[in-house]
Amino acid sequence: MDPRRMPRTITDPKIRQVGFFAPVAPPDVSMLGPPRPTTPSSPVSGNSLSPVMIPPPRHLSSDNVLLSPHIAVDSFLPVGSYNASEFSSSTATEDFSEDNFSKDSGWVLNENSGKAAVKPNTHAASGLTPAVSNEGPPMELQKQQPPASSMPKKEQTTKAERRALQDAQRTAKAAANAGGSKKSISASAVVNSANANTKKVAKAPPQKKDSSSVAASEKRGGDRQTDKDRKKDAPHPRMQFDDEDRVEKAKKRSVVKQTESRNRVELFRHLPQYEHGTRILDLESHFFQLDTVHPAIYTVGLRFLTGDISGGNARCIAMLRAFQESIEDYSTPAEKELTRDLPTKINGYVSFLIQCRPLSISMGNAISFLKPKIPELSSTMSESEAKASLLSDIDRFINEKIILAEKVIVRLAVTKIRDGDVLLTHGSSSVVEMIFLCAQELGKQFRVVIVDSRPKLEGRMLLRRLVGKGISCTYTHLNAISYIMHEVTRVFLGASSVLSNGTVYSRVGTASVAMVAHQFRVPVLVCCESYKFHKRVQLDSICFNELGDPDAIARVSGKEDINYLNDWASSQNLQLLNLTYDATPSDYISMIITEYGMIPPTSVPVIVQEYGGEHLLI
Amino acid sequence: MPDYRGLVDEFVAKLNKRKVEGSQATARLTAELLRSVVSLQKLPCKNQASVLIESVRSVGVQLIAANPIELAVGNIVRRVLHIIREEDVSILTSNTGDLNLSTESGDEEIEQDNNPSSFAASIADIYRSSLCAPSLHALLEDAPSTKAPCRIYTSGVDSEEKDDKHSLSRKLKHFVIEAIKTLIGDIDSCHDQIAQEAVEHIHQNEVILTFGRSRTVLKFLRAAKEIKGSFKVFIAEGAPRCQGHVLAKELAGQGLKSTVIGDAAVFAIIARVNLVIVGVHAVMANGGVIAPIGMHMVALAAHKHAIPFVVVAGIHKLCPLYPHNQEVSLNEMRSPSELLEFGKFSNFMDYSTGVGAPPLHVANPTFDYVPPELVSLLITDVYCKEEEILKLENRLWTSNVVKKLVCLTENAYSIHV
Repeated sequence: MDPRRMPRTITDPKIRQVGFFAPVAPPDVSMLGPPRPTTPSSPVSGNSLSPVMIPPPRHLSSDNVLLSPHIAVDSFLPVGSYNASEFSSSTATEDFSEDNFSKDSGWVLNENSGKAAVKPNTHAASGLTPAVSNEGPPMELQKQQPPASSMPKKEQTTKAERRALQDAQRTAKAAANAGGSKKSISASAVVNSANANTKKVAKAPPQKKDSSSVAASEKRGGDRQTDKDRKKDAPHPRMQFDDEDRVEKAKKRSVVKQTESRNRVELFRHLPQYEHGTRILDLESHFFQLDTVHPAIYTVGLRFLTGDISGGNARCIAMLRAFQESIEDYSTPAEKELTRDLPTKINGYVSFLIQCRPLSISMGNAISFLKPKIPELSSTMSESEAKASLLSDIDRFINEKIILAEKVIVRLAVTKIRDGDVLLTHGSSSVVEMIFLCAQELGKQFRVVIVDSRPKLEGRMLLRRLVGKGISCTYTHLNAISYIMHEVTRVFLGASSVLSNGTVYSRVGTASVAMVAHQFRVPVLVCCESYKFHKRVQLDSICFNELGDPDAIARVSGKEDINYLNDWASSQNLQLLNLTYDATPSDYISMIITEYGMIPPTSVPVIVQEYGGEHLLI
Repeated sequence: MPDYRGLVDEFVAKLNKRKVEGSQATARLTAELLRSVVSLQKLPCKNQASVLIESVRSVGVQLIAANPIELAVGNIVRRVLHIIREEDVSILTSNTGDLNLSTESGDEEIEQDNNPSSFAASIADIYRSSLCAPSLHALLEDAPSTKAPCRIYTSGVDSEEKDDKHSLSRKLKHFVIEAIKTLIGDIDSCHDQIAQEAVEHIHQNEVILTFGRSRTVLKFLRAAKEIKGSFKVFIAEGAPRCQGHVLAKELAGQGLKSTVIGDAAVFAIIARVNLVIVGVHAVMANGGVIAPIGMHMVALAAHKHAIPFVVVAGIHKLCPLYPHNQEVSLNEMRSPSELLEFGKFSNFMDYSTGVGAPPLHVANPTFDYVPPELVSLLITDVYCKEEEILKLENRLWTSNVVKKLVCLTENAYSIHV
């Protein structure tokens, strides 16, 4: 690696800069104030290609191109503009390290969220100081930040340069890992003894994420932020509900009292199986005791629980909007810092939402976008500025990653609809619905087959909306899929998530539809925004899933004569299983349509690697 | 003229309205109806068999027209027709035997050929070939009859019936009715026969998936439970009728660990299943099966996961027809109200208001066709003895065997109805 890098003297400083890309970027955002208005105002840097920038997708048609470069420029602008102006001054670095330090203790605080939050925090902080000061080399590195003069060179980055950069990044990371792990042992021992219970507290996925990442952050200095982030993004072991110790601990912490259903399905012991009927009442009765939960979050949680809001995008947007509201109403308590206190709050909200309904992978992605934004806020910012910055971050996420992405997908997918097509869809997907409506607006002649499955019967709502728009529809149930597939020319499916082995994780029944379509040689097009992509790999639908209300299986809507299972819970041998998701193997999928273009399922890792991770989030 | 008219009309009406459910019940009712037809039919002195055949056939045509999808009706009518022909031939041969060799006569069991001489045997063969090819049952149970026509002479001479033509007619009727009774008995016991095989296929702690509701499957699993102890069953409910709920309740009542899943979860669950056992509606001549809607999806999922897909079916479901355009010709559309409640969408389904085609169609088919390559095994109640024909000595048929068998017998079936 090194020999390759050496000849290019120019790239050297740049490498460093990129290596500490993540920690460096945040302060600039905060110092510039709300990033949204400032970014387009600096045209020079706007044109510059950041070294990490990825060329716009090829598949986009001419009018779509408008969108994606915009996203890219937006996302990388702050880096360029900031580096040029601020980094020459050493005060910025000082400021930054301090900031990072406070952030670390902030994470510790998350951990102990709840009763004895302050005390262990001070412990942790005192324990941390040596750890931070240990981090000599990285700090020095940081101070050698590229001078402003090197910045113009950035514009000329070639492919080779970028590649060299990537290499350097990798080596830097490896070095940091090696160095950090050794030093960390002593530091972490102190920390661990100080707050021994921190790790056990972890209950729900995002919090657990924290516990693992806290360990990392405690060990390493501030500028190992990149690693920390990476760690957080890495698939973490999920809470296994057959692990009794952890379940007990989680129970003690939970706000909502959940009674376990009596007839639990053996195969799914690792997933939470709760009685659904009692939870709403329980939540209602706790309304006045839940002072930790913001009313907006409470509303959204209840609506998740009742199934009022469903669908990946809708849930994600609702959650983010609720976060926005809660952040707006947030005021830092006395003797606390926003960067420390707010993450605790957010964690509390997230765990509340999880108790209402397990988070989808897309929501997890959204949260892991939001959370690092908080500690990145500069402590010099006033509270209102910090809040405004967060709010605009969330706004951008919703606009760019969800709303805009949907529009791009619709434009791409519509090109795949020809006159005379018979399009099949399963359940009700917001993107697929938009595609149909758009195709109709374009005057295409087509027919839609809506396949629906019990117990959710989401397709009925879609049917109502499409028929209302005058689209000719055929409605049938999932079992008749083989019957109806003869006449179908395209299958459009939505997805809850796309995993990096190409597996599409989506509403239950999708796999069957895709399988039958594959059998009948009908192309299967999966429409999914890239923020739903995840590194994780899944082979079947059993290891990870979500269980719905088992009573929904017993009830047959509209037919009271089918009531054989009314008293199912009284029979010991009888269990009902209501799976929510299933995993469709990539073999059955012809194409995945994302806002970056139309890709085969084998290319999912590319999207996850190139656009995901740090770059995923603007 | 015929007194059975009322009975036939009643049954036809039932079939028309699809009041009879399940092919076993239909088969049984058909056989019972035909028995009463035979017993009520007045027979002339001559050509008794042809009169009987004619009346049964006309009734059969009516019944089949009433519900062309219920293939068991046709199967039973064919069987009864075959029984009549066989009885006729056996009586004729015994008569010829009586005429030619007056010392010897046959009052033996009807099922066996009682040809005392080679001459009689040859006549019988002529009759056989002209009247009927060997039936399925003849092949399976009775096959040696054509190959080993020579029998031990029975010594007893029955003088009572020999001369009496009237008693002879009654004799034919009597024998036919007896044979139909045996047939009904066979239909009744087919579940138990099939259940005997259960031991061989289910082991302890296995996970079994079934779809919808089938009495055959219920008995099969129960038998396995009694011998092999506990195993788990996943039951896909089989929307929109959700008959799987009933089966689940029955199985749980038997002490089996049963779990009801939605049909959509079949693909997800099948990864953990060892065996798929289902009941079907009919078995076609090529070894494919007509099954409740959704079965193709299940079979395909099992195939993709390399899990055996076992079909249990009584022999009355084996049909000598080949499936052609089965999605349409062997299917039936049920009411859309099973999927969408009336009222909610009726304005869209109204043909009169809209211009051109209505914007909404609802497809609610009843049956699915599962091609033979997806069926791993067919378990039936007929114990197949004929090694030379089938090279098999059990009740387990693969689709190839079905094809072979049907090839041999299809003439017997398809010519006569």
